[in-house]
Amino acid sequence: MGEELKVIVFKLGEEEYGIEVDAVQTIERMMPITRVPKTLSFVKGVINLRGVVIPVIELRGRFGLPSVEYTDQTRIIIVSMNEIEVGFIVDSANDVIDLNSDLIDAPPDVVGGVKAKYLRGVARVSEERLLVMLNLSEELNRAEISQLESLEG
Amino acid sequence: MDMNQYLAMFIDESNDHLQSLNEKILELESSPDDLSIVQVIFRSAHTLKGMAATMGFEDLSSLTHQMENVLDLVRNDKLKMQDYIFDTLFQSLDALQAMVEDITEGGEGKADVSPIVASLQSIVKGDFVSTKSASISSADSTTTNTSDEGAIHLDEFQYSVLEQSISEGHKVNYIDVAIREDCQLKAARAYLVFDLLERYGEVVKSNPSVQDIEQEKFDRSFSLFYITQKDASEIKGLIANLSEIDTVEVTDLDHDTLKQLSSDVRETAIASVSEVPKADEAKAAAVHDDAKHNRSGAHSGSTPSRTIRVDIDRLDVLMNLLSELLIDRSRLEQLAAEVKRSDLTETVEHMSRVGGDLQNIVLKLRMVPVDTVFNRFPRMVRDLAKSLDKKIDLIIEGAETELDRTVIDEIGDPLVHLLRNAVDHGVESTVERIAAGKPEIGTVHLRAFHSGNHVFIEIQDDGSGIDREKILAKGIKNGIVTEAEGALMTDEQVYMLLFAAGFSTAEIISDISGRGVGLDVVKSKIESLNGIVSVESTLGKGTKFSVQLPLTLSIISAMLVKVGTEKYAIPLSSIVETGLIKQDKVKNVHGYTMISYRDSSIPLLSLAKLFDVPDYDESDEEETEIVVIRKGDRLAAITVEDFIGQSEIVIKNLGKYLPPVQGIAGATILGDGQVALIIDSNAFIK
Repeated sequence: MGEELKVIVFKLGEEEYGIEVDAVQTIERMMPITRVPKTLSFVKGVINLRGVVIPVIELRGRFGLPSVEYTDQTRIIIVSMNEIEVGFIVDSANDVIDLNSDLIDAPPDVVGGVKAKYLRGVARVSEERLLVMLNLSEELNRAEISQLESLEG
Repeated sequence: MDMNQYLAMFIDESNDHLQSLNEKILELESSPDDLSIVQVIFRSAHTLKGMAATMGFEDLSSLTHQMENVLDLVRNDKLKMQDYIFDTLFQSLDALQAMVEDITEGGEGKADVSPIVASLQSIVKGDFVSTKSASISSADSTTTNTSDEGAIHLDEFQYSVLEQSISEGHKVNYIDVAIREDCQLKAARAYLVFDLLERYGEVVKSNPSVQDIEQEKFDRSFSLFYITQKDASEIKGLIANLSEIDTVEVTDLDHDTLKQLSSDVRETAIASVSEVPKADEAKAAAVHDDAKHNRSGAHSGSTPSRTIRVDIDRLDVLMNLLSELLIDRSRLEQLAAEVKRSDLTETVEHMSRVGGDLQNIVLKLRMVPVDTVFNRFPRMVRDLAKSLDKKIDLIIEGAETELDRTVIDEIGDPLVHLLRNAVDHGVESTVERIAAGKPEIGTVHLRAFHSGNHVFIEIQDDGSGIDREKILAKGIKNGIVTEAEGALMTDEQVYMLLFAAGFSTAEIISDISGRGVGLDVVKSKIESLNGIVSVESTLGKGTKFSVQLPLTLSIISAMLVKVGTEKYAIPLSSIVETGLIKQDKVKNVHGYTMISYRDSSIPLLSLAKLFDVPDYDESDEEETEIVVIRKGDRLAAITVEDFIGQSEIVIKNLGKYLPPVQGIAGATILGDGQVALIIDSNAFIK
């Protein structure tokens, strides 16, 4: 029997993703973002979250999805792990569900490549509903970012 | 009583006092006749002694006590400061320092200070006797050992009575009477003496007390202060005429001798506890206790500075809260300006002022002037120069420059090393200096100043400079570079070899600096603080080591500028001036844009291009706003679209997630809640 997890569900396009609630600090509406020059393309810039400057990244860009216009539904999920704080821009975030960790399967092989590394697995919530679980410790790995940076030139 | 709770305060204050002692004695050394400095020194020593005694650190208090004796003589003009005395005082300070350190580390603060105590005592005794007998030779005979036996502790009232009597033209005598050993009724004889004296004047104070004498609680001698109109010799004659009196000594006192007696008498009494007879021992101990008591009493009344220690993390939290408050303040100010209600505006203005004060305080909490590191250097350089037989002036500039506490704590050792290096290897020996036609006294400058988001600390000597060839030869010999590599290196690169591991250039290895370990450690330490160290040198003229350190956390004044829709903050400290420049004045030189500024050409950089700003390009404009920035003495101009104004900004980092961005020192939050990036202009000037 696995442990019970509370998971925040957010959407990128039609796909649903999940982040463990423990890692999430807050979920914010879209706010002005200050561009940071000469940095990675998916880093949108920095925001002022109640006096703390936090970088935000576009998760679409991170996963190689095309960017879309921001809407009323667009949210910034502020996550914090290992003293690193970062905001993810997502298309929408509007659900919290309970999940048993047994329901999470390893990421399917077909996903492959760099992207799979950031996924903890896929959770079957119901017959039709699949949730892609993020692997935050990998996501926030800075060494990885630098590597990516050099790859992208 | 549990003293532990006071221990931290004691250590803090002791360190403060030791530091001020060090500084003041140095100051005194350069102007030995300034007695006001001696007063300050005396007071510090005095307080230190009182504190140490209260806390029960006997060795500490007895050593300070001896120092106090010496200082007291100097203070009262009875003793001229000389090299020997300075050296002894410094030795004492070192010993005290060691004791305080021992206490800090949980020790007892015990140390064998007898040699220093002995030399201090010899200063007191030797000079004390000669000056004293000289000053009161008029009052006939021998008064040398008055202090040894006739210890009289005058309280303030008695003292002032005596002093007033002198001022009013009465004669004040210090009388020492010894009754014959075979005398059966000592009390009766003493009574006769008192009776006689009372007839012609007034006994102000006697030792032992009158009661004790009446009850025969004294050995065979007693002493007293006496006010009369008669001459000392007359009084002496009268007393000597009484039967069974062995010796009488009468000393005529004036203001100075009185002062000296009243303070020294008891000091010496304590110092010579082991020499005086048994009865006196108890008495001296009593006096000692008394003195101790007074000291601690005096101390609690005039505590110089009270400190508490606070975890830096707490300050960080406070700082964050404050900066949020500052942001809200700016927002409020904007809103109030829109609402235009006078009482609201007033309230907001008041809040702004209070907020500003609060900001200053919180900032000061974390920022420490580099003086806290620099202040030990004059002493160190003095000692070093002395041991090397060189004459060196250390000139400190910008000691008030403030740096973050964490940086301050770390920067001390590297600076010590660089300074030792400058004194030992930089400045030549006096003989060489004279031969080279330089002033005999070498100069070492220690400078600190802000520039951009950095604090620079420079150590510059006017010594022989660095010999490129020598360094190269050594580097090749030690296998750090090859001959071929060396030939291609610029001077600066060669100088940086000094910081390579396993390198020592002094021809004679001294124990002061240069064992081949050192400068490489300095470099790694500075780099661990995100700092940079560099060297400039001119052969025959001198060498300058420059340490660049980041300002990790602070509030700075900055110029806010606009480029397109983006706002940036440029630290005011790195701005030379702002201006306008016509497009046709911009010259293209070898792919770089240059403008002429004052009498020289400086590079012109486009902020929009540097930061890939999407919605602005100054090349469309006929006239462009420029900001002239500097790093050290090099200048450059950057173009912006518009100036917004000057503002106090809180430096924040961009978060751990982002890799460092070239040209960006951090971010700040503006009044409207938006984030503006802070430009690190140092990154634009190579």
